[in-house]
Amino acid sequence: MTLLLLAMAILLAGAMAVLLLSRSNRNLSWLGAGSVVVAAVLGCIPAIQVLLGGAVLQLRFPWPVPYGEFFIELDPLSAWFLVPTLLLSALAAIYGVGYLRSWHFRRSLGPIWFFYCLLVLGMVLVLLARNAVLFLFAWELMAVASFFLVTFEHERQSVREAGWIYFVATHLGTAFLLAFFLLLARETGSMDFNAWAAKGIQTQGLASVLFLLAVVGFGTKAGFMPLHVWLPEAHPAAPSHVSALMSGVMIKTGIYGLLRAFSFLGTPPLWWGWGLIVIGLTSGVLGVLFALAQHDLKRLLAYHSVENIGIIALGLGVGLLGMSTASPMLMVLGFGGALLHVLNHALFKGLLFLGAGAVVQGTGTHEIDQLGGLLKRMPWTAATFLVGAVAISGLPPLNGFVSEFLIFLGAFKGGISTGGGIAVSLLALIAGLALIGGLAVACFTKAFGIVFLGEPRSEHVARAREVDWTMRLPMLLLAAVCVGIGLLAPIVVGCLQPVLESVTAQQPEIVGENLAMATSPLTFVVIGAGAFLLLVLALIFLRRGLLAGRRVEESTTWGCGYAQPPARAQYTASSFAQPLTELFRTLLGTKKTVSMPRGPFPAEAALKTVTPDISHEEMYRPMFERGEAWLSQLRWLQHGNVQLYVLYIAATLMVLLVWKFR
Amino acid sequence: MNATCFIPLLLALVLSPLLPGVINRTKAFFAGRRGPPLLQVYFDLWKLLQKGAVYSRTTTWLFRAGPMAGLAAVLVAAMLMPLGNFPALVAFPADFLLFAGLFGLMRFVTVVAALDTGSSFEGMGASREVFFSALAEPALLVALATLARQADSLSLSTMFGPVSGAHWLHFGPVLALVVIALMIVLLAENARIPVDDPNTHLELTMIHEVMVLDHGGPDFAFILYGAALKLWLFSALIVGIVLPATDNAWLNLLLAVGGILVLAVFVGVIESIMARLRLVIVPQLLVGAGALAAMAFLLGLN
Repeated sequence: MTLLLLAMAILLAGAMAVLLLSRSNRNLSWLGAGSVVVAAVLGCIPAIQVLLGGAVLQLRFPWPVPYGEFFIELDPLSAWFLVPTLLLSALAAIYGVGYLRSWHFRRSLGPIWFFYCLLVLGMVLVLLARNAVLFLFAWELMAVASFFLVTFEHERQSVREAGWIYFVATHLGTAFLLAFFLLLARETGSMDFNAWAAKGIQTQGLASVLFLLAVVGFGTKAGFMPLHVWLPEAHPAAPSHVSALMSGVMIKTGIYGLLRAFSFLGTPPLWWGWGLIVIGLTSGVLGVLFALAQHDLKRLLAYHSVENIGIIALGLGVGLLGMSTASPMLMVLGFGGALLHVLNHALFKGLLFLGAGAVVQGTGTHEIDQLGGLLKRMPWTAATFLVGAVAISGLPPLNGFVSEFLIFLGAFKGGISTGGGIAVSLLALIAGLALIGGLAVACFTKAFGIVFLGEPRSEHVARAREVDWTMRLPMLLLAAVCVGIGLLAPIVVGCLQPVLESVTAQQPEIVGENLAMATSPLTFVVIGAGAFLLLVLALIFLRRGLLAGRRVEESTTWGCGYAQPPARAQYTASSFAQPLTELFRTLLGTKKTVSMPRGPFPAEAALKTVTPDISHEEMYRPMFERGEAWLSQLRWLQHGNVQLYVLYIAATLMVLLVWKFR
Repeated sequence: MNATCFIPLLLALVLSPLLPGVINRTKAFFAGRRGPPLLQVYFDLWKLLQKGAVYSRTTTWLFRAGPMAGLAAVLVAAMLMPLGNFPALVAFPADFLLFAGLFGLMRFVTVVAALDTGSSFEGMGASREVFFSALAEPALLVALATLARQADSLSLSTMFGPVSGAHWLHFGPVLALVVIALMIVLLAENARIPVDDPNTHLELTMIHEVMVLDHGGPDFAFILYGAALKLWLFSALIVGIVLPATDNAWLNLLLAVGGILVLAVFVGVIESIMARLRLVIVPQLLVGAGALAAMAFLLGLN
């Protein structure tokens, strides 16, 4: 616990120091990044100890806030989320040093490092807090710090708008959480998480209301469709290392919150699990479809976070079905798959956002259709992005396959052993997850292929150069961890044992028995992965042997006889995705503007497609516009006259006093 | 594990190039031609392995790595597929997920290698490949889920055992629907008519062939061999369900190999009597396959 407190103190000190001490942007960056890295190393030690079977750490002391208590605890569930949070925070911070270099002479970097340290501190506190007031305080710290990080380039109108959407969305989510905590507190008479978990909610109706509040409140942060509106706005607007951190780990605090909330609510009825499976399928399928339709690399990645959160929700749904039917197998495989996907998504989405940032740094654009041919110009970025792309598509031998394997395994095992509604819902999950996987392959072959392969589609892209080592190193490390988890899958899944014990509240032997159902096939998966790598190696030698001494020539790409095809004649990202976006046009609502070529010698022609977010356009915009119209009737209350405002306050106090002593 | 575990793998490795030959001979028969020799693919492979290579200046190491990674993936998949009564070299619960994942990996590298050339023809083929396979994936996994439920087993090597004579009598409709769904998946995944025409002569209308247009020499030999193996493995999957098992293991093996060859003839017949579907119709076919498989699952529930 000392180490954790020390880590938090270093984060806070680092935040203050960058704001006050340093004048040079260069030193300031190193100071900010350095304190995050030191804090991460210190914080990881107790977290890993707890995961390897160490005792749960607790600390509480009084805190002079009404109903508040500074009560923090590091149990296996918190530790499982804490490790990727700290790891990605540290790597993204190192990357940030290089990424922000181009801003050195434009403005002070003090504020961005200040809020970066605070965001990390906020996330750590959210994961550790066991008192509702402290939790909400940390939750707000996280929200506010990330808001300022998103609006780093606030001179751009689009960034300010994205910032506001994020700010409003996150606070609406918090409002639901406030209701959630207040209801729980009223029912149990305590603000203490552990007391809530010990007591549990016995009334079915109240538990269901609380479940819905938690799904909306935490789901807004996590990005469940249709609460995801802020993600595709905020992620492209933020600096890339911040996007990596927000998409990789910050949205996972929503998943953490849900898992924690389940432990308060007693045995769930079946419809909770079904509800999460429906949410997961909607988020997963629509997330990847909208990603396919995007032209902006970072927006595409943001929609993919919605998809991956959907996959995690599917795992949670399977786990909840297991809790309802008292089936430890479904609990272990469902929750286990979801938890492992939380870790995996943090790694590969962090990696992909850092890669996207390197592309932006190297070329100055995130328009996919402007890019191309970057593999030759930025070989390191390209190779690590490729690893991330294969991993996020859920393909062997990398880590994405392992977590999807667990969820699939749970669904298949449940699907063949149960009957009726549960089997049907698991079948829908199997079909949906398969579709999501297929579409993810389509989306990431597009993202990787159009950006890094072929010829550059614009002049400044042709002059792109590889980024420096501070940016390359974090990407290489993340790629290595993605490969490592893929090849050490049974061991990593074994580490889930204590976490699953605390989530499922089952005996260690039962959890272990069911976890073995996952680790033993995974051993064979790893053998298969090893065989694959050996075969690739063998084929490399075979090919080299065959081609030795023969004529190997270079020429142009086959183009039906054209020897000099222009780069613009290449297939674009839009054309690559067109068959799929056309098939799903009713869901996507893509708007097309075409000006056809005219006359025998057409001078120009244009095609423009925009895919606005369907829930943003069809749901929130009308809702907020109507709300504004309705509330504007109350505008006469606002005069801008200070005396009147004082009068309002005095009157309110008076009314409250009368009400109290009536 | 004993030596017989290698039999399914070895047969696949040796006999798979025969299948395209059988299909082409069948098509030639329907067209009243003599057709290429049955062993044509073996000759092609031999010839290609003797050649040098020509690479486009646009391409990178990925283009060279694609065929090798693709072949390696399908070779690992071949280790998972049983034949007759003989289990596969590697068998474990839910091995079919790895089986499907490896084909996903093969597709990923093929598509990426195609995009590496910067050619819009290959881009077009790549786009259609990912389009159709994304829709074929649910059909494949739902069909496998149905089969797993029928056999109460999650491993390919033990799935087909219980599915035999008596089972067909009781659950005929369920199994028939699964077989139809898997047959459609086989045609789509292996670039056959009515989804793709391997003999088309225009780059614009190809799917699989156009993606590998720029590969030559040993690289192309890897691709050709990989495609033949993939066809063999999907055929083995269907034959495993259709063929009732006898008591004699060696007879079963012979029947399975014969069944795969008959299936190749059947594919040839389909190709001879059908035209290719328009590209916009293909998704309906694939979604239909998924629906059939889901129907089979629901029928099998009671």
